[in-house]
Amino acid sequence: MADLQTYSHDAGWKNTVLRGLLYLVLILFAAYYLFPLIVMISTSLKSLDEIREGSLISLPRVVTFDAWNYAWNEACVGVECTGIKVYFWNSVKMAIPAVLISTFLGAINGYALTKWRFKGANIVFALLLFGCFIPFQVVLLPMSQVLGKLGLASSTPGLVMVHVVYGLCFTTLFFRNYYVSIPDELVKAATIDGAGFFTIFWRIILPISTPIIVVSVIWQFTQIWNDFLFGASFASGENAPMTVALNNIVNTTTGVKQYNVDMAAALLTGLPTLLVYVLAGKYFVRGLTAGSVKG
Amino acid sequence: MGASQSTESNLTARIQRHLSKIVVAPSFAASLFFVYGFILWTGYMAFSKSRMLPVWDWAGLRQYERLWQMERWHVAIENLLVFGGLFIVTCLIIGCLLAVLLDQRIRAEGALRTIFLYPMALSFIVTGTVWKWLLNPGLGLESMMHDFGWTSFKFDWLVNSDMAIYTVVIAAVWQASGFVMAMFLAALRGVDQDIIRAAYMDGASLPRIYFGIIIPSIRPVFLSAIVVLAHLAVKSFDLVIALTGGGPGYASDLPATFMYTMAFQRNQLGVGAASAMMMLATVMAIIVPYLYSELRGGKKNG
Repeated sequence: MADLQTYSHDAGWKNTVLRGLLYLVLILFAAYYLFPLIVMISTSLKSLDEIREGSLISLPRVVTFDAWNYAWNEACVGVECTGIKVYFWNSVKMAIPAVLISTFLGAINGYALTKWRFKGANIVFALLLFGCFIPFQVVLLPMSQVLGKLGLASSTPGLVMVHVVYGLCFTTLFFRNYYVSIPDELVKAATIDGAGFFTIFWRIILPISTPIIVVSVIWQFTQIWNDFLFGASFASGENAPMTVALNNIVNTTTGVKQYNVDMAAALLTGLPTLLVYVLAGKYFVRGLTAGSVKG
Repeated sequence: MGASQSTESNLTARIQRHLSKIVVAPSFAASLFFVYGFILWTGYMAFSKSRMLPVWDWAGLRQYERLWQMERWHVAIENLLVFGGLFIVTCLIIGCLLAVLLDQRIRAEGALRTIFLYPMALSFIVTGTVWKWLLNPGLGLESMMHDFGWTSFKFDWLVNSDMAIYTVVIAAVWQASGFVMAMFLAALRGVDQDIIRAAYMDGASLPRIYFGIIIPSIRPVFLSAIVVLAHLAVKSFDLVIALTGGGPGYASDLPATFMYTMAFQRNQLGVGAASAMMMLATVMAIIVPYLYSELRGGKKNG
């Protein structure tokens, strides 16, 4: 930290002016980041007539939740007019098992790779890690064939499998880097007492893993909830996840364009991850930096 | 008695050691099949005659030739260069600026940080949807400016073939610049205070401290940020789909959307596979040297 107050040779008044300017710039940036969110909320609460007459930034004169209701219960995705709620539950049914399985596998992999190191453990880890960086376009075509052969095409279990397989490298990375810093003596002492591989994992390692479990769960949840590529490629139709349904609603070309419904549907799609971010921002940032910076 | 006990515990120890391999094996096998196997599979497909259906007949470099003869692929590549370049540079400037500004003992720093970073938690589809609404020529920013009395204001980039790719830049910067800020802020907090204090005692001004000492010392973060952003840019798919749909026509196509269109809509599996391999090669060219230097650096330090 090198800040104006501590490191300035200038007179006091000059610093005060500079600090005022500083806050002004920061507030302008905050407005820039918040503007789309505010417009999204305000548009979703307006009627279509008011949207056509009014301006983008005008707040709704009459607040109505009709658009939210319509988006949730009635909006048409393709030919099905069941509202986005069906797809919300699709996403929930996809995300929960995929997050839990990939986090569990990541934890046990990380534990095995650090505390019970076998010959070649580092190479195994490096090979696993590579999966984090491939552009997923390179696996789309084989995956759609394999899912078809397995009878999992266009199904939620199929998507769960895809997300587990391609989430593994991230969760393994998280846990491996976390367990590296845990002293090996902890495990050694337990083995002398006669505890085995799984006993140590359940009794000693998992109880001290809470922070990294939170990081992993949040990272995986955000990734899987927000995924569009796999959803669009492997689960169109009634099993589509919410992002695919949202894109369908917004880009449908039939009928009157209902901007308020689009915005309500977008907010509904964004709400779960936003909520996670607001409640556990610290862990979210840790996942971001661990997941994308450190190899 | 004692001897047999020790062989027994040796045996358990050996089983335990194998247990570790057994536990990692399924993930490793999955990775071998779903990552490496699939890459080879796609790679082979790019050398096959596959069009509507995957076939195994060898076609040599035919698909790559067809790919590079397609006007649309060239548009996608050019767009990637324009988009990637602008996206990376703008994110770095905004991210670095915000980090430096936030590093001035700001009141409510936590709240501001939360605001700057929240777009990163959203799906690119949500971001695309809202920016599509903000930038739509009829009722969006354009009409807002008209209401303010600036009636000649025209903003039709979303439906303008020459400008559509820039709307993708606008939305992508909004989403990712806060993340760059977070990376830089973490780095700024790690700079050695004693060096800064010493420079200050020597009479260095604050801008000189920043440009002369702090920014050079956080150079590795610039590299990390560039790699992360480049990686994001090459993989960009959802945002284009939601914002412009690759349009007008295919004016804002990126390689990722090109591949998807060829593979799933145009029945050109071979060309799709070839473009996917080109994407993989691009990402590898960025990531592999970076990871190599990171891992080597890690060894040196530890």
